[in-house]
Amino acid sequence: MTGYLIKNGRVVDPANRIDEVLDILISDGKIEKVGKSLSNGGCKAIDASGKIVGPGLVDMHTHLREPGREDKETVASGTRAAVKGGFTSVACMPNTEPEALDNEGIIKRLSGIIKKDALANVFVVGAITMGRAGKKLADFKALKKAGAIGISDDGSSVDDEKLMSEALALAKKEGLLVIGHCEDRSISDSGVINYGLISTKMGLRGIPVEAEYKRVERDIELARKAKAAIHIAHVSCKESVDIIRKARKAGVEVSAETAPHYFSLTEDCCVTYDTNLKMNPPLRTKEDAEAIKKALKDGTIDAIATDHAPHTDSEKDVEFDFAPFGILGLETALGLAVTELVEKKVLSWSELFMRMSASPARLLGIDRGDLKNGKAADIVIIDPGKEYTYTKDSIASRSKNSPFIGWKLKGKVSHVFVAGKLIDEVLADR
Amino acid sequence: MSKHFVWTKKDLLGLEYLSREEIEFILYTAASFKEVTTRQIKKVPALRGKTVVNLFYEPSTRTRTSFELAAKRLSADVINIAVEASSVKKGETLIDTGRNIEALKIDIIVVRHGSSGAPNILAHHVNSSVVNAGDGWHEHPTQALLDMFTLKEKLGRIEGLNVSIIGDIAHSRVARSNIWGLTKLGAKVTVCAPPLLIPEGIEKMGVRVTNDLDTALKGADAINVLRMQFERDAALAFPSKLEYFKQYGITAERLKKCKKEIVVMHPGPINRGIEISSEVADGQNSVILEQVTNGIAVRMAALYLVAHARPTGTRGGEKPL
Repeated sequence: MTGYLIKNGRVVDPANRIDEVLDILISDGKIEKVGKSLSNGGCKAIDASGKIVGPGLVDMHTHLREPGREDKETVASGTRAAVKGGFTSVACMPNTEPEALDNEGIIKRLSGIIKKDALANVFVVGAITMGRAGKKLADFKALKKAGAIGISDDGSSVDDEKLMSEALALAKKEGLLVIGHCEDRSISDSGVINYGLISTKMGLRGIPVEAEYKRVERDIELARKAKAAIHIAHVSCKESVDIIRKARKAGVEVSAETAPHYFSLTEDCCVTYDTNLKMNPPLRTKEDAEAIKKALKDGTIDAIATDHAPHTDSEKDVEFDFAPFGILGLETALGLAVTELVEKKVLSWSELFMRMSASPARLLGIDRGDLKNGKAADIVIIDPGKEYTYTKDSIASRSKNSPFIGWKLKGKVSHVFVAGKLIDEVLADR
Repeated sequence: MSKHFVWTKKDLLGLEYLSREEIEFILYTAASFKEVTTRQIKKVPALRGKTVVNLFYEPSTRTRTSFELAAKRLSADVINIAVEASSVKKGETLIDTGRNIEALKIDIIVVRHGSSGAPNILAHHVNSSVVNAGDGWHEHPTQALLDMFTLKEKLGRIEGLNVSIIGDIAHSRVARSNIWGLTKLGAKVTVCAPPLLIPEGIEKMGVRVTNDLDTALKGADAINVLRMQFERDAALAFPSKLEYFKQYGITAERLKKCKKEIVVMHPGPINRGIEISSEVADGQNSVILEQVTNGIAVRMAALYLVAHARPTGTRGGEKPL
């Protein structure tokens, strides 16, 4: 029998309301059994005493850059980074260059690369509009047929309301999740950091919170009218949180994600002009970060997604105005969530797995984030107390654009199983 | 100010990053260099054997000339490099340019750049001293220092003075550096502009904000009148030059209602008939040309201090995260 027996770990599986010390038996890529004092039946035993064993993390928002910008990231390097960070599934965004994931052909090509190179499961998000230009809808039926599970023009918002309404209705028909990048460009304009005292002090053009929440408001309203679902990407400010909370109470089918930097950092960090603190939406205020944490606690924000956005050193090592938006996320998301949320009693371990595995899997409609018998054995084992320093040398991603280099984080990944296979090689330093 | 104060920063990036004592020490040092500029032989060997590069990414005649003269009067060798704005994005990166200049064994890089924070980034990547000669809307520290130097010369102090800065505050590095410097030295600062040219949160930098010129002028010991750059961002917020002059222009008539000894400053170049009338610019209260003269002494002090701190000095900006 090929498989593993994970022994004596604290199994945290919110989808099945489990949080106790148990054993998990894996065989043939599936979860065979979860229970007390299981016998290994010839399987290799892994001692997980003192460790947390949970469903592999699911990232709803990753930029793998392939095909086209393999200098920044590839499916191979990106999924390596994912596994290193405890993720067993990622959803990759369609803003590839020069060609967006807006047609069957390119998605099929990408699927071929995934099949060949990916260490973790990769789910594809297609574009809403052709070339993400906001003019003409992509062929959702074809995207779905090619394997896409959701659609987004991430990086841009669909300005045209009629087009967006149509997209919501059509996506509903195809069973595709619509992920809204909520940004009104007429407000954010050429801004580079949050609009406020810090942008004033630094002499940089600001991006007001209105640029985000007014579009959140609009997208929710369009979803309500279309009786369709909308998922709001990378929520960064208090106003958006309030709008989402209210809409959900009113029965709109709206879900939301935030990224670890929005609860770990604030705009004040930007004063060094370090371009690894330039992201879109920008880092906001302390008050916003607190609102994000509260929303993660009460479930207004369903998921923590990384918005993993690799950029090369040569792109980032320029003037703040000229640097591209975005930072790495896959290898630091768990550490930041453990350090900033679990250790500080914002979330329990069970809530953490809800936000980083069960909920994103449910929203994407993928059969993951759950440790029930018979499910794919995507499992992460975490050493909760182990503190480590995130170093540049340790980064598995092809790019190194992270503001967290040098940070001490807790919650180190010790084992990752993808479909029952122990992905050992990337975790040599556990 | 004690002459025993020890300057430790290798860079001068902005007045935000300096303490009151450091600002006062630059002004103190500048006073002794001003004496040099009045001698018949206007040169001292303080920076002999040192090389200064003026790295200008924006066209500038007055600031560049002022720095060049300051360096020459300290006996430093000076090289001017003008980088075309159009080549900023496609040419060599700022950091590469900085490293190449450093490889030429240059002691001080004086940088003017259209993008805020460019000197901070440069200073972080080179060991040469970096002096900010104006970056985007961020800071123009030597301008604010020469403004304060002139003010102190005229009125004997900074502490307790009412100073109003009038004009496009939002897009002005001169305004920001003056706010940092003046508030640190205990002046009461008012900023005055049309609403759209007042940047968000500026009151939290310790200044009073008004949109009304008469309010800003009332009780002011000094005013600093900013250049209105209608060819740039200001145009969107206040499209008419004539209307601007009517509402915010400094005229002799308005000055009559002010303190008799009010000091009128302007960083230049002046737009006669837009932010200031010729009568005021050339009048008794104006110190505009004295500012130009003092600029050399202040820049001599800045170059001298950073050059001497460089072997052991600390970087001048905020520490990275």
